[in-house]
Amino acid sequence: MRFILNRDIISTDVNPATSLLDFLRRNQNLKGTKEGCREGDCGACTVLIGESEGNNINYHNANSCLIPIADMEGKHVITIEGLNISGLTLFQKEMVEEGGTQCGFCTPGFIVSFTGYLINGGKYNLKDAIESVGGNICRCTGHGTIRRAVSNVLNYFETTELKKGENRIKYLSRLNAIPAYISDIPLKLKKIERRKNVIAQRIIKGEPVCGGTDIFVQKWDELLKKKISVITKSKNINGIKIGKNICSIKASTTVTEIEESKELNKMIPGLKDYMLLFGSIPIKNRASIGGNINNASPIGDVTNIFLALNSKLILKKKKAKREIFLKDYYKGYKSLDRKKGELIDEIKFTIPGKNTKFNFEKVSKRTFLDIASVNSSILIKIKKDIIEDVHISTGGVAPIPLHLTLTSEFLKGKLLSSEKVKKSIAYAMKEISPISDARGSADYKRLLLRQLIYAHFLKLFPEVIKPEDLLYE
Amino acid sequence: MNNIDSIKHTRGESVFIDDFNVPEGTLHAAVFYSPVAHGHIKNLDISEAGKMAGVKGIYTYKDIPGKNQIGGIIEDENLLAENIVEFIGHPIALVLADDWLTAREAVKKIKVDIEEQIPILDPRTAFEKNSLIMPPRIFSCGDTDSIWSKCDVIAEGRVDSGGQEHLYLETQGAVAVPLEGDCIKIYSATQNPSAVQRTAAAVLNVPQNKIECDVLRLGGAFGGKEDQATAWAVLAALAATKLKRPVKLVLLRHDDMIVTGKRHPYSSDFKIGLDKEGKIIAYEVTFYQDAGASADLSPAILDRTLFHAANSYYIPNVKATAYSCKTNLTPNTAFRGFGGPQGMFVIESAIYKAAEKMGIEPSVIQEKNLLRENNEFPYGQKAENSNAERCWNEAVRKFDLNSERKKVEEFNSENKIYKKGFALMPICFGISFTNTPMNRAGALVHIYTDGSIGVSTGAVEMGQGVNMKLRQVAASLFSVGIDKVKTETTNTSRVANTSPTAASSGADLNGKATEIACKNILERLTKTAADILGIENSGSIKFKDEKIYVNGKPSDLNWKNFIIEANTRRVNLSSYAYYATPEIHFDRITNKGKPFAYHVYGTALLEVTLDCIRGNYKINSVKAVHDFGKSMNPVIDRGQAEGAIMQGLGWMTIEEVLHNEKGRLITDTLSTYKVPDIHFTPEELEVVFLENSENPQGIFNSKAIGEPPFMYGIGAYFALLNAMKSFKKDLKYKFDAPMTPEKVLMTMYG
Repeated sequence: MRFILNRDIISTDVNPATSLLDFLRRNQNLKGTKEGCREGDCGACTVLIGESEGNNINYHNANSCLIPIADMEGKHVITIEGLNISGLTLFQKEMVEEGGTQCGFCTPGFIVSFTGYLINGGKYNLKDAIESVGGNICRCTGHGTIRRAVSNVLNYFETTELKKGENRIKYLSRLNAIPAYISDIPLKLKKIERRKNVIAQRIIKGEPVCGGTDIFVQKWDELLKKKISVITKSKNINGIKIGKNICSIKASTTVTEIEESKELNKMIPGLKDYMLLFGSIPIKNRASIGGNINNASPIGDVTNIFLALNSKLILKKKKAKREIFLKDYYKGYKSLDRKKGELIDEIKFTIPGKNTKFNFEKVSKRTFLDIASVNSSILIKIKKDIIEDVHISTGGVAPIPLHLTLTSEFLKGKLLSSEKVKKSIAYAMKEISPISDARGSADYKRLLLRQLIYAHFLKLFPEVIKPEDLLYE
Repeated sequence: MNNIDSIKHTRGESVFIDDFNVPEGTLHAAVFYSPVAHGHIKNLDISEAGKMAGVKGIYTYKDIPGKNQIGGIIEDENLLAENIVEFIGHPIALVLADDWLTAREAVKKIKVDIEEQIPILDPRTAFEKNSLIMPPRIFSCGDTDSIWSKCDVIAEGRVDSGGQEHLYLETQGAVAVPLEGDCIKIYSATQNPSAVQRTAAAVLNVPQNKIECDVLRLGGAFGGKEDQATAWAVLAALAATKLKRPVKLVLLRHDDMIVTGKRHPYSSDFKIGLDKEGKIIAYEVTFYQDAGASADLSPAILDRTLFHAANSYYIPNVKATAYSCKTNLTPNTAFRGFGGPQGMFVIESAIYKAAEKMGIEPSVIQEKNLLRENNEFPYGQKAENSNAERCWNEAVRKFDLNSERKKVEEFNSENKIYKKGFALMPICFGISFTNTPMNRAGALVHIYTDGSIGVSTGAVEMGQGVNMKLRQVAASLFSVGIDKVKTETTNTSRVANTSPTAASSGADLNGKATEIACKNILERLTKTAADILGIENSGSIKFKDEKIYVNGKPSDLNWKNFIIEANTRRVNLSSYAYYATPEIHFDRITNKGKPFAYHVYGTALLEVTLDCIRGNYKINSVKAVHDFGKSMNPVIDRGQAEGAIMQGLGWMTIEEVLHNEKGRLITDTLSTYKVPDIHFTPEELEVVFLENSENPQGIFNSKAIGEPPFMYGIGAYFALLNAMKSFKKDLKYKFDAPMTPEKVLMTMYG
């Protein structure tokens, strides 16, 4: 494996399943990257990963604890050590001034995440800037001081313009926001790139890892004992294909790519807002939709949306292909209708037409960066106040991600009214079998699903469905 | 002034235990702990683990040369379980291997056969079964028997508050290095290096002077490393002694969450009596503290609950009874506030209930009963320089309570799906360890011949900025640049027999000791300067900005050349000084005295918006007027206040510690235990410094800051209740924190 680590090209033959975090700390003695949780929930181990995209490099932040080192082939990894300049960078200075750091353990992660935003973040604005550190947890400061530090840096940029012909990297290094060497990386990276424009499988015949944000949480230590097969899609490939009626998405497409797709956002208004609840940016940058579907978590957010879109999977084994409805893919808890050696190639669904509305709901203990207690999506087609077609999905209330078939069937053909929505709940309750766990009691999950179904209708049809009919008794 | 330590933090150059470049030959340790909450160990099989390549040793209680005991207050906790296990996570065996992965794999191969017994999982059940850590503690004043007939309003009820995981970002860990002559140097992430030293010596059966404990910094602690860092440090030392090799033991997050204790859950009953104007006449409360399986710091925490049972209010008749109940959960431990928040949540609930009965806003009762000058606390101390009313009035004025009320009422009348609520939260927190003998500190100050200064104390830096404050003390007394002063590691060989850095007292105690040490040296230096300059009256000598002035005029001497000359003249450039808080005392039989050097006051106004469909909410604003005394470092102090507030909000809302019926923690990862993230932080988080508050009892007239603001968070609970009541007038509810979205929804619709 060859890649660029900060300033230098390095090669290594460590176990390909070694997490990037362990490699950095234990093999490279780069101790600025901290181990906080090993499950992508604290951000202390955040690094930047750069991949070629045309002539430029696209940098995104990622949790190094959830990345197999094998997936770094041909990429540029930047750690906190690789962001330091002599003196302090703009953000480091503001963090010091505002008291944005107390114990210091989480601090490198914040510096890396926000610096990544400065490099790659599009037009700067406070909302996105705050979101860029949304995957970093600080237990000491309560984040108020960090928010002020972030805001100060943005204010600074507002008054300091790009010079003519200057690119973002040069501009940032001129203003001491990043080190200068980063502008030399594209040329360096070209030298070591071998594969381009491919969806590559590396070290085949092992457990497939596509992103790793689930599997590296659950069994990072077991993976070290077996072969893994890293599936990775080059940034130069667009995995999202929009046909006349059908949209198909490659399984290795990341959640971020979906979130940023203009076409999908047009197709599903509100998608970007829903996806704020899906997870932190570093997780979404790595998580693939194929991985999410195969992980079969009963509460997966991506799966939930695709269920309501009544999607189909294309499964592939060598040359053989077959299609299956996503809702039929799940047989039981973490049990799939998937034959040995079969991989999801793509997922496809009919593009929602006129008179069709979509909504996604999720409630978790913490609104952001949390797994849902219950989630639910709805795709509903209304013509002259009649529900022509409807698909409601839900997660967290059964051993599998659930398509509420009976509930949907009941509503189909009915005149849209609060009364029918209320009646549909009885069907939903029959379809689900929630258990009590850390995300809530079974009774709560039943109640919450009812509320989320109400929320769908209250939000989508405020002129017909009124809160006093559903919420006040 | 910025905290200089921050510079290293932002560059990722600050070193934590797991970052130490350990000596060659260091072995890695992993802990095998009890998978059962209560039972008898019938058989322990380590044979398969022992056979693994790379495993260098496996130790159980049988290998302990000294006392198998780590209990600090009560000796009731084995370092390694013997025949009985009393909680899931109790260490049973320690595995040593060449690398960390092998150690982990070997742990998985250890088998234990335990005859299970039914675990006790809540304090009221423990109380019924008479499973207590110690006899009950009772604080009382006035009359709580016949007084009730004189009350116009009486409200009674039950209050529960949950545990809280510290979630220090750096997990527990230690490195132990064997030295010649059976000595061990332990690098530990502990708030209490002397406890590590003392306990290691007892466990290893060596004198304390053979154990040196050294602490550089902690990646967060919040109380979680006051008592509970000891076990890991001592286990590492045990293995280092046995194998004569350096040993590193760092817990993975998942293990840390399972095996370490948390904030104590409490269940309480209250009875409050008032006159018809809302003046509180009497208050009776019984606390059932969930101590977990052993005492740890529970007795001291129980005391602090009692000391704070009446919060910021003067109540003439009080009876507060507290039981420390032994259950089969991990021994619960210190956590910011140290039992104070649990006590204060109950009195606030009682006031809320009484206000509801009287049909008035709780703030009417809160305001009417605030502590005034010379009001007596139930433990006999009188309120001196009480800023309770000043803070309240400032908050009401500055944050415009009337328009806040109007704004919320208008919003609620216009909105059916979203409802807002607000609440006021006054606080009063006593500063000093409630165990009087612990209120002391030592400081060792050296001036080196180039004029640079080293300060050693018993204070442990864990993010609270104590090192910076100590530097400020020395720099300001010698009037030198802050860069001339370095704080050294906290080391038991340099400053001995220290108290833990806890109880918000680190800067006060160690700052005062540093102040004395600096003044000792300064006195010598002043005399020396007078000698050199040939001046008889040394009173005319002043050190200012690294120069020496005589009668306000600069002399030829500057700091640098003067120190060289002083050294040549054989002036002692070092001083060790000791500080013991004056005047404080407490009689533990009558439970009366003056336990606190002073009190910290403040009032916060909180506002929330509730989503009545989904049951989740947003905390819109927390605004507080807080009594910092004369802050030594406003950047650090504001950061402490904000951080404490956010932890308090977390405790009251989304942070939920849950166990299953077997006593196993089910919120044992960061994906199931949620702490506030940046989106959770209220858009308005404003801390106003109370003006003109001088506090001679604190270092440089400041007040302790670590814990008190935590309790502003309690207001969030009542703001949420108010929002819920706007949705449903006759809401039936319990006082049962945290108010998770689940509880909101179940209360409104269940």
